[in-house]
Amino acid sequence: MYTQGLDSLGKDCLADEARNGAALESRFQARVDAEEKIEAKDWMPEAYRRTLVRQISQHAHSEIVGMLPEGNWITRAPSLLRKTILIAKVQDEGGHGAYLYSAAETLGVSRSELVDQLLEGRAKYSSIFNYPTPTWADVGAIGWLVDGAAIMNQIPLCRCSYGPYARAMVRICKEESFHQRQGYEIMLRLARGTDGQRAMAQAALDRWWWPSLMMFGPSDNESKHSAQSMRWKIKRFSNDELRQKFVDTTVPQADYLGLKVPDSELRWDDSTQHYHFGPIDWAEFEQVLRGQGPCNRERLEARRRAHEDGQWVREAASAWAAKHEAATAARAA
Amino acid sequence: MSVEAKKDWPLYEIFIRAKSGLDHKHVGSLHATDAKMALEHARDLYTRRQEGVSIWAVRSSDIVASDPAEADAFFEPARDKVYRHPTFYEIPDEVKTL
Amino acid sequence: MTPHCRYVLRLADTNLVLAQRLGEWVGHAPALEEDLGLANVSLDLMGQARLLLSHAGLLEGRGRGEDELAFLREESEYLNLTLAEQPNGDFGDTIVRQFLFDAWQLGLYECLTRSKDAALAAIAGKGIREATYHLRYSRGWLIRLGDGTPESHARVEGSLARIWPFTNELFDDDEVDRAIAAAGLGPLPSSLKNAWTSRVAEALASATLAQPAPSAFGWYGKQGRHSEHLGYLLAEMQSLHRAHPGATW
Repeated sequence: MYTQGLDSLGKDCLADEARNGAALESRFQARVDAEEKIEAKDWMPEAYRRTLVRQISQHAHSEIVGMLPEGNWITRAPSLLRKTILIAKVQDEGGHGAYLYSAAETLGVSRSELVDQLLEGRAKYSSIFNYPTPTWADVGAIGWLVDGAAIMNQIPLCRCSYGPYARAMVRICKEESFHQRQGYEIMLRLARGTDGQRAMAQAALDRWWWPSLMMFGPSDNESKHSAQSMRWKIKRFSNDELRQKFVDTTVPQADYLGLKVPDSELRWDDSTQHYHFGPIDWAEFEQVLRGQGPCNRERLEARRRAHEDGQWVREAASAWAAKHEAATAARAA
Repeated sequence: MSVEAKKDWPLYEIFIRAKSGLDHKHVGSLHATDAKMALEHARDLYTRRQEGVSIWAVRSSDIVASDPAEADAFFEPARDKVYRHPTFYEIPDEVKTL
Repeated sequence: MTPHCRYVLRLADTNLVLAQRLGEWVGHAPALEEDLGLANVSLDLMGQARLLLSHAGLLEGRGRGEDELAFLREESEYLNLTLAEQPNGDFGDTIVRQFLFDAWQLGLYECLTRSKDAALAAIAGKGIREATYHLRYSRGWLIRLGDGTPESHARVEGSLARIWPFTNELFDDDEVDRAIAAAGLGPLPSSLKNAWTSRVAEALASATLAQPAPSAFGWYGKQGRHSEHLGYLLAEMQSLHRAHPGATW
């Protein structure tokens, strides 16, 4: 549906653009400025479409890859309730990936193209999922910190200018808050538990704190996409603003747990009414983004294997449907 | 790997009726090979939190949509026909239930 | 342990072990949509397992809750059907295992709603809806794979041959089963065979698959005598819990 519409729109579009490209652009910007939603078949600048495809698909890939570090602990969860909750959470993440691929597809790109980009290493996804989850406490830390950071990013996106993306984000945000709570609850039990559990929790916080801050991306002066994304209301707050908000919200939560944030420079600044925090090691971030993080290879390998191992299954389903199309249509009618 | 093998399963648009008495609302899309699978996928993807009592799945290629390029001709003429709205009419207060 | 308690534990353990197996698939299924589908079945079975374990603990009367039963019992104390502990293999193996199980469980739950054990009847009543959906799901996939491509047909034919021998145990009557049936608490396993056979025959026919020849070999998981697989499964499942005795999570 959407691809067909876009094709026809494309043809008219080029003719229009030649005649009044500037008029279209300014009308588009006026709509965005007026907080109108842009829908799949509306005219949009090519760069807007490209930016959205990139951003939405990266988000989708992150959800899918993100199933792995926590999925890792499903079979070993220490109680049946925790196991149940974890399966539900990872299932949700898969669901989020599906909503996002669905939103990306409205822009004229197919799921298989996007999956190919990911598996061939041509697509980016959130660096955070390239870190290992060696202990159960890491599952708690991910829920608390990583989902917490994701929520900060995602709530503003519910008001993003592109309709399908905004609507997917509303759905995702509704589901995400349980994710953060289950993570924090895990940390709470650990922090109040045995010495061994407390040590496990502190070690996890030590491992996940800085990567979580890096999730917000580099400072906006360094980010080439930021300004235009803000103008198009794809991005509503700067990376630094969101990162600061995250720190301000999360440090008291760590204090409540009785755990220490691994930042010797961290202190409350009365004059700014914010927490001051230490410098981020962007070299590490760059390395992980370039594919040299601890788990980049494993994560992609796991996804490739799942995709390849599942090839015969997907083909079988298509073949069966083709054979029975007439019968299926009759039954569904 | 054949070209056929690399193709996606067809795309379906999903509409969910959240509660008896409400309309079906578009919630998004998903991939499936046949109608039965589309319903199952929709159920697993969109109704995990009791958000649905009924699902419609339609092949995306079967949806006919109005063209935004024609939006003006399609929708603008309705704008100035205000006499279609009840508020256009002045009825004296003494006259009840009109 | 009374036959009543043993019986409930058999149902609980079977669900738990199968849920554990399905949990292994999350993030590795052939399509994103199947990650969700398999996780859904796992969650349902896990839910039923927890209710059954709690009930078994009450019947046992030693104060053991669901976690103590799940994490602190050894292989020989686990009473699940051997079918449930078989490894996932490929998607075909998993679907065949699931379908044969679902066809059995639905029939079982239909009978259990008439159990004199009210709690068990209630669990079965709720379970019927879930089992109905699971059967629809697994049957659908069995047929797509059986009647899909030559490759999928060959693969799932192999899966069927490998897993079929484990179905004998579903319909074996032992002392516990006879005591349960006599007390009106549950059906004799053998009484479920005809309904299961028709369901399976219908699905296999649609899947263009032949029913494998009956296997003579017996399995006794429900008596605590398991295949080699359960040991590994429990080691993985229980290791963290056992590493911190007395801790709460």
